[in-house]
Amino acid sequence: MTSNQSNLKDILGGGLMLVIGLGTCWQAAQYELGSLQQMGPGFFPMSLGVILAVTGLLILISGLRTAPEMPRMKWQPQWRGWLCICTSLVAFVVIGNFFGLLPATFSTVLIAAFGDRKNSLAAAIILAACMTLVCLIVFWWLLQVQFPLFKWG
Amino acid sequence: MIGQSIIDLWHGFGVAVQPANLIWSLVGVLVGNLIGVLPGMGALSAISMLLPLTYAMHPIPAILMLAGIFYGSQYGGAIGAILLNLPCHPPHAVTCLDGYPLTQQGKAGTALGITMLSSFFAASVGITVMVLASPLLVRIAFKFGPPEIFSIMLLGLLSGATMSRGSPLKGVAMVVIGLLLSIPGTDVMTGIQRFTFGITNLDDGIELVAIALGMFGVAEFLRNVNSLNVAAAPIKMRLRDMRPSLAELRQAFMPMVRGTLVGTLFGAMPGTGPTITTFIAYAVERRLAKNPERFGKGALEGVAAPEAASHSKTQVDFIPTMSLGIPGDPVMALILGALLIQGIQPGPTLITDHADLFWGLIASFWIGNVLLLLLNVPLIGLWVKLLQVPYRFLFPSALFFIAVGVYSTNNNLFEVWEVLVFGIAGAIFIALDFPVAPILLGFVLGPLVEDNFRRSLLLSHGNMAVFFQQPISAGFMIVSILLVSIRLIIWVRKFV
Repeated sequence: MTSNQSNLKDILGGGLMLVIGLGTCWQAAQYELGSLQQMGPGFFPMSLGVILAVTGLLILISGLRTAPEMPRMKWQPQWRGWLCICTSLVAFVVIGNFFGLLPATFSTVLIAAFGDRKNSLAAAIILAACMTLVCLIVFWWLLQVQFPLFKWG
Repeated sequence: MIGQSIIDLWHGFGVAVQPANLIWSLVGVLVGNLIGVLPGMGALSAISMLLPLTYAMHPIPAILMLAGIFYGSQYGGAIGAILLNLPCHPPHAVTCLDGYPLTQQGKAGTALGITMLSSFFAASVGITVMVLASPLLVRIAFKFGPPEIFSIMLLGLLSGATMSRGSPLKGVAMVVIGLLLSIPGTDVMTGIQRFTFGITNLDDGIELVAIALGMFGVAEFLRNVNSLNVAAAPIKMRLRDMRPSLAELRQAFMPMVRGTLVGTLFGAMPGTGPTITTFIAYAVERRLAKNPERFGKGALEGVAAPEAASHSKTQVDFIPTMSLGIPGDPVMALILGALLIQGIQPGPTLITDHADLFWGLIASFWIGNVLLLLLNVPLIGLWVKLLQVPYRFLFPSALFFIAVGVYSTNNNLFEVWEVLVFGIAGAIFIALDFPVAPILLGFVLGPLVEDNFRRSLLLSHGNMAVFFQQPISAGFMIVSILLVSIRLIIWVRKFV
């Protein structure tokens, strides 16, 4: 079972590298390649793209053969945690952009805290409030980060 | 020449004890230790979170603080490994094997005391090597032209990629990804905007801090959320417990020396990660032990050797970083990036042009390690309490620090988007068993690699043989090729 899974990882990973490599080549072709003596801006990215694509292909091929098993971390989907972590960063940008630093801080910590199943609503709110206070003292007052505390629109 | 080094070092102590520098060094050690102790946070996340703070500082205190954070957090990681069996910091994973059994036997204090002693001893040896070796290396490095610089960077990148555990091909792929990430922005030679996809925020390239925080911060949270279970048992520790007995000292002394030796040797090799170094130090002890079955059940040697190795490697790692401009591992890549942001180009000219910074840094290593020793004795109780901070409070707070930290690098919210993208990408790479550390190495060296590659071929009129014509460059190329072929042969043989 585990060996099948590790192979799947290699196949997927190799495929991903192959796609990124080919994509890089395609994009690099938009710039002038030049010659070995007088390289254009596209030369270096193009060579990297080729190397990456070849490496990806080799990883993919190696994944098709059975590899010896290695101890690997279990990776279970944590949709709730993943969603909350990503949303919390998005919230920092969006709320920070429209309402300022303190609301952004509060919502970032609050949303991220919901990602952990063991956090209750009260715990999340208290944590967010504490971090907002830390933000006010450390980042705004001590370090003087250039970010308005509150704004509207 | 050694006499000159000692005079320079004396001057360096003068720089390092200036109150402003001393305070920042202390702050670095303290904060690094604090973050390193927290579960799930390592030296890389500690440095990248605090990197933005140094932008507004003068170069010398900034670098002293970053170095302090580095060895402070490294020490903090050992505490987590010994007391809680937390292998969150890969270099200390091996310390768990014997450190945690010692804790279970009620000898946590002894283990920590031995760790402290080994770290201090190893760091001192590492610093001495650095004082003696750097000027020598610089003399050679002054003869380097573009082909030599390119080939030694290639060696650094390849060894960084292949020395990590697992498939060497995956390491190479990650180095290439790192090199690719350095491309967006303005091409230095022609002034053309490359790979910006019409996003003006990318004109100056991708932000180093965004990559580091995304790959080593957010990606780790994505991996650990709801899966990391820290069973914190209340641990009581008194000062008295930390003093090892004479017999214990005798038992740990030789492993400490051997560990230091392993760390120094591996530190001199560019690209070998700290994790592999500590594992080798542990393996050496086990091989040499009269009764190896004690290992894994609380052998002091199994704590002393890897911790000594990791600390001497830390110090020796600074040699190629400062004198050649080639970082040995991702943490060094970050410190190199910090120097570049400060407008200082590490390389052979650093020691002469920025003598204050170079010798001040070396002197501050010693001072910082003494501070670390002094701090940890009274603060150990506090660290034990910090270890018990639940992860569910830790990562939301850290996410905020990451967001505001990366914003403050350029006062630009666009960088928070970058962090998010790299966080998700990093999590995908980790999930597919790719090592993410080489990305940072590739990213920092990328512009230098491209520049020197283009220059070399411009000078040689497009003749690729230029890399093999000069003896120094040819040597680096041959070592690179050997390294890759040996690693590939070992790896391929697993399939047959």
